[in-house]
Amino acid sequence: MASSIPAPVPADTLLAIPPAASLRRRGRIPWPVTCGLAFLAALVITAVMAPWVAPYDPVRQSLRARLAPPTLAAGDGRVHLLGTDHLGRDVLSRVIHGGRVSLVVGFAAVVVGGLVGATLGILAGFQGGWIDTVVMTLADAQLAFPFILLAIGIIAVLGPSFPTLVVVIGLSGWVAYTRVLRSQVLVLRTREFVDAIRGLGGSPLRVILGHVLPNVLSSLVVIATLELGRAIVLEATLGFLGLGIQPPTPSWGGMIHEGREYLDSAWWISTFPGLVLMLTSLVVSRTGDWFRDVLDPTLRGE
Amino acid sequence: MRALVVFLGLRLLRALIALWLVSTVVFVVMRLSGDPTPLLLPPDAPHAEILRLRTELGLDRPLPVQYLAFLASLLRGDFGRSIHFREPAARVVLGYLPATLELGLAAFLLASLIALPVGLLSAVRRNTWIDHVVMTGALVGQAAPTFFLGIVFILVLSLQAGLLPTSGRGEWRHLVLPALTLGAFAMASIARLTRSAVLEVLRADYIRTARAKGVPEALVVIKHTLRNAALPIVTITALQFGTLLGGAVVTETVFSWPGMGRLAVQSIYNRDYPVVQCAVFLSALVFIVLNFCVDLLYGLLDPRARPR
Repeated sequence: MASSIPAPVPADTLLAIPPAASLRRRGRIPWPVTCGLAFLAALVITAVMAPWVAPYDPVRQSLRARLAPPTLAAGDGRVHLLGTDHLGRDVLSRVIHGGRVSLVVGFAAVVVGGLVGATLGILAGFQGGWIDTVVMTLADAQLAFPFILLAIGIIAVLGPSFPTLVVVIGLSGWVAYTRVLRSQVLVLRTREFVDAIRGLGGSPLRVILGHVLPNVLSSLVVIATLELGRAIVLEATLGFLGLGIQPPTPSWGGMIHEGREYLDSAWWISTFPGLVLMLTSLVVSRTGDWFRDVLDPTLRGE
Repeated sequence: MRALVVFLGLRLLRALIALWLVSTVVFVVMRLSGDPTPLLLPPDAPHAEILRLRTELGLDRPLPVQYLAFLASLLRGDFGRSIHFREPAARVVLGYLPATLELGLAAFLLASLIALPVGLLSAVRRNTWIDHVVMTGALVGQAAPTFFLGIVFILVLSLQAGLLPTSGRGEWRHLVLPALTLGAFAMASIARLTRSAVLEVLRADYIRTARAKGVPEALVVIKHTLRNAALPIVTITALQFGTLLGGAVVTETVFSWPGMGRLAVQSIYNRDYPVVQCAVFLSALVFIVLNFCVDLLYGLLDPRARPR
């Protein structure tokens, strides 16, 4: 047993990357990350180009082609690579268009959460005092109970519109930014360059925007990436509960929800959007982990 | 001793503030949705009937008065009467609580019983194929959305293989899939953290000393390593139990498990405010109490974490 345990090992490295990758020169991008970034790029491009890339209209129904299984062969001149759903709509086209919803809601939610969370975190860390106490108490309260319940409640009450979804999903993640940035700003605040700028007559706003913000930017990027994965999954979860973007607009969560009743006869309706969702979530979170290791290893374990 | 009392007092105060904020937010959100009385009566009910019910439910009073009355009754443990079930909301929610606790506990036990040994094995056999398989599995487990995992389990294990039932509650066979689904994320997190915590300790000087003086490897791992790695592992494991409560909402919906999470979702659709308030409040209470216990445990396991 002893022989298999290496003596002092370097800090816990990216686990999915084989040892060979760590031997390569620094600065090179490991191949799993390259694959992941390629996947994300493909996802974004197909989502943007959806009307031109998708083989069919995602909301066009066809009673004759209901519940057709995935096939390469063209039956009636129409090839449904991933099959059709209970209304005869092409699953592949719907998955491609569904990516738009996931990405747009995800990115917008990250912007909302990041703006609120970063502002509060920097403010709390920089000002301290009662602002800090209030912000951190709010953060504790938010972490103190299952947020999904509240999210469902708010959306059920206000209706599942695009702005509501973005704000609710975005605000569900502000604490992550606030906690990390606050603790970093607490340290930065005591550094000499801050004293120097203030001594030279720089306003607090100038210190924050010009000197504190650039120093926490890498952490901000790392958290935003990790939050993007969470936001996409939360959007799909709400869609699955019937509280996402409403039909007939295709969304991954909504498709999984619709396909649930046909699991025993038409497994493909739920499975394909689910696989793409899972892959997206996995790739985004791995990319975030990689960003963290490259940009700011001190964040590990957060 | 004095420091300990102050420390615990402060923690308790924070917990109470969190509870108060939670209940306030719930109150505001539920009241935003408007008046539920028309939903409760037939569409052709006379206006006088609507007014009578509104008075009966206290919905005709000004909002601040309703809020204060709400807080006062919370303190008495009174959550009002369920509009849908027509009995005290607390009794309704408590009726659904055992199913959720059963599911949560099963998921938690399943997750820790699998994840702890697997994470330990992964650390001891670092960079072997076992390690790679376990960690890849953990990454997928962390990334997979709960509801989709549930769907896959139903598809493969229930519908294709016909091994386990797809929904409902009853004998142990009903419990397996929901518990596995709910526990997957916790399992992955606990395995990953156990691995890195054990690796961290294996790197320490006293482990090298123990090995150098000829302590058998099994003893090094069990006695020297596990005890020192226990702190972060216990913390994350306990915190995972709290997160399970949130995941229960989705899992219970996927498997039609008759628990508190599903009740809460349905009550939101029914605009049954008292039940929603009670369910959210109770979840928050359980979560906050758990966190409090984790803090105590922390002090117990690691003398350095005790306030001086």
